[in-house]
Amino acid sequence: MAVTTVSSADPPATRRSPGRAARRGHRGHPLAGFLFVVPFMVLFIAMILVPLGYAAYLSLFESKLIGGTSFVGLKNFAEALTDPAFLGGVGRMALFLVIQVPIMLGVALFLALAIDSGRTRAARSARLLAFMPYAVPGVVATLMWGYLYGPDFGPITQAFEAVGLQPPDLLGESSILGSMMNIVTWEYVGYNMIIMYAALRAIPTELYEAAAIDGASRIRIALSIKIPAIKPAIMLTVIFSVIGTFQLFNEPALLDAIAPVVITNGFTPNFYAYNVAFVNQDVNYAAAIAFLLGLVIAVMSYVVQLGSQRAERKVRR
Amino acid sequence: MALAGTAAAFSLIATGCSSGDGDGGGDGASAEPIASDAFDEAMTTPTKLTFWTWVPDIENEIALFEEEYPAIDVTVENVGQGLEHYQKLRSALESGEGAPDVAQIEYMYIPTFNLTGSLLDLSEYGARDLGGDYVDWVWNQVANDAGVWAIPQDTGPMGNLYRDDILQEAGLDGAPETYDEYAEAAKQVKEKTGSYISNLAANEPVQLIALLWQAGLDPFGYDGAETVSINVNSPEVKEVVQYWQDLVQADLVSTDAGWTDNWFQNIANGHYAGWLVPAWGPIFLQGTAEGTAGKWRAAPLPQWDAANPVSGNWGGSSNAVLSTTENPIAAYELARWINHEPEPTTMFATEQFLYPALKSLLEDPEYADQPVEFFGGQEVNAEFADISATVDPTFEWLPFNEFVLSAYNETVGVAWEKKGDAVAALDDWQQEIVDYATEQGFTIE
Repeated sequence: MAVTTVSSADPPATRRSPGRAARRGHRGHPLAGFLFVVPFMVLFIAMILVPLGYAAYLSLFESKLIGGTSFVGLKNFAEALTDPAFLGGVGRMALFLVIQVPIMLGVALFLALAIDSGRTRAARSARLLAFMPYAVPGVVATLMWGYLYGPDFGPITQAFEAVGLQPPDLLGESSILGSMMNIVTWEYVGYNMIIMYAALRAIPTELYEAAAIDGASRIRIALSIKIPAIKPAIMLTVIFSVIGTFQLFNEPALLDAIAPVVITNGFTPNFYAYNVAFVNQDVNYAAAIAFLLGLVIAVMSYVVQLGSQRAERKVRR
Repeated sequence: MALAGTAAAFSLIATGCSSGDGDGGGDGASAEPIASDAFDEAMTTPTKLTFWTWVPDIENEIALFEEEYPAIDVTVENVGQGLEHYQKLRSALESGEGAPDVAQIEYMYIPTFNLTGSLLDLSEYGARDLGGDYVDWVWNQVANDAGVWAIPQDTGPMGNLYRDDILQEAGLDGAPETYDEYAEAAKQVKEKTGSYISNLAANEPVQLIALLWQAGLDPFGYDGAETVSINVNSPEVKEVVQYWQDLVQADLVSTDAGWTDNWFQNIANGHYAGWLVPAWGPIFLQGTAEGTAGKWRAAPLPQWDAANPVSGNWGGSSNAVLSTTENPIAAYELARWINHEPEPTTMFATEQFLYPALKSLLEDPEYADQPVEFFGGQEVNAEFADISATVDPTFEWLPFNEFVLSAYNETVGVAWEKKGDAVAALDDWQQEIVDYATEQGFTIE
């Protein structure tokens, strides 16, 4: 799916056929290829497939404090599908996705275009500055923002009070999701910007020359050449963001300490799975929730990809 | 420190005399019903024990133990405090390896770990004989008819710590004695000083449970097998919660979440004029609100019936031997020795400021009658010793305490936070616990 833009589709296609012919010629080293893959496969099986299989196995059982463990088939899944805490968490993350991801990626795209335009003075330091929050561990970032949001002594509150305004309750029930979006945006704008910026640098400069000869403005170039050319990169950031959003855990887990009542056990699906496993001591149900969450993420990612492919087909026609 | 030193020396002599031929002596074997040669063998064979605890500087007490029993080598590991500690403990127990021999366990978690058969019955090793040495209600927390499940270390009888200066500014002389007076005082304090008389933290179920405990209520019951009783929305509980709800809704008591930066600041700057808190509160305050030294006083909780003063307990913990241990005798002796012998227990009380569970220590004038400057020279330990004697001895916990506390935060806690209907939220809390208990296969009485 990644290699579908007009500019880059042709060269790999032409390169591919001689490559295949060459491979057919050297039939003597099947072992070498296998050996190259072994380290990856070992880790993949041990760290991904086995735990995944174990979780799937666990999710089919029910263990009670009184009465022990018994096989229940898909009962845990059926329960999760009607569990308001789980569905509420998924719904909350869908809302998060719809609002936060466009804002974050919009800002990231704007920054990437601005730095790439060459007009920004000190583009290097601007790039570094925008990327820096990503280098701050998520845990530290949340603790830091938690302090900034503090309802009585946080700097934001104090600034409002200094000018005689009613300070906003940034950790209240109605605002905490927005406060969380702000933390995530702050943290990942730079990361997404770098992906887009790297893609922008790969656009052949002849296209710009041609556009300049045709008298296209900078904005026109950005809209008609740059953005279409980096669409695969943008789609990549969208999919990363979809996955990242549904897996939010650090933010609710840490804000739970400063806004304990507002952050409910099921605030995000991942946080819910954690609480079900470690507070309710129901590892089996937690495994089912984690599996369903994985399914939601897979479906969402697929929908996003499918949507982008359709859009592209339309453009080509 | 010098004072602490003399206190230690004194009580060493005092308890040494009173316990007569007890286990205060060198070999410590005489009081054990297990064959004394088995005991001697266990304590002289080189053995490694692991002890999971969050108590700071407990290495000092362990050093005394290792001096007494040079063959025993104890490794202290701090795997976190509270929930984190219990989660790791449970993971280790479930995986069948890596669990310690001895672990720190709060009283309210003893039934929870007992349910899974994780605690060793210490009565087989002579722990029954220790019962009379500990305050009665504390002993009831660690022992039942089926066995003795841990050795008490420290306790948290509830009192009222308040800012004398703020209450005086409000025209009050001393702490309110009854809940009616407390409500009146709350109004006066708010009007004249702008402070809240205290904060009922929305996320602190155990504080509210301690107040229910004080009111003589039994919200939880557990028969030690498969039957539980759950009464968190009984009319009596609702009455207590209604009292607090009225104060909260009149904006006379705040419900800020506890243990946050904000809350620490509010304690230090007089935003709260008091705190209904256990005996571990005084030392906690001295670290948190240093700038207000000398202005604090300690008093008993306000009373429902002034003629019969009662209190509840919040916190405190014990040392339990896990049933997976390979060295039960040595592990039991560790739990017993550091929590029963005069030297380590005095050290816990005077250096780590754990509030004692041992009667002898609470009655020891060197400990109890020690004036505390932070509290304007008041003999705070004695005040809490008197309170400890009034704690209702029959309180029980459910064997799935994590869920009980977490469900509180999701229901009643939310109501406190919104200053809404906490009384109605008790019904939701009840429902959540009943559903969970049923789902887990318990019979509900």
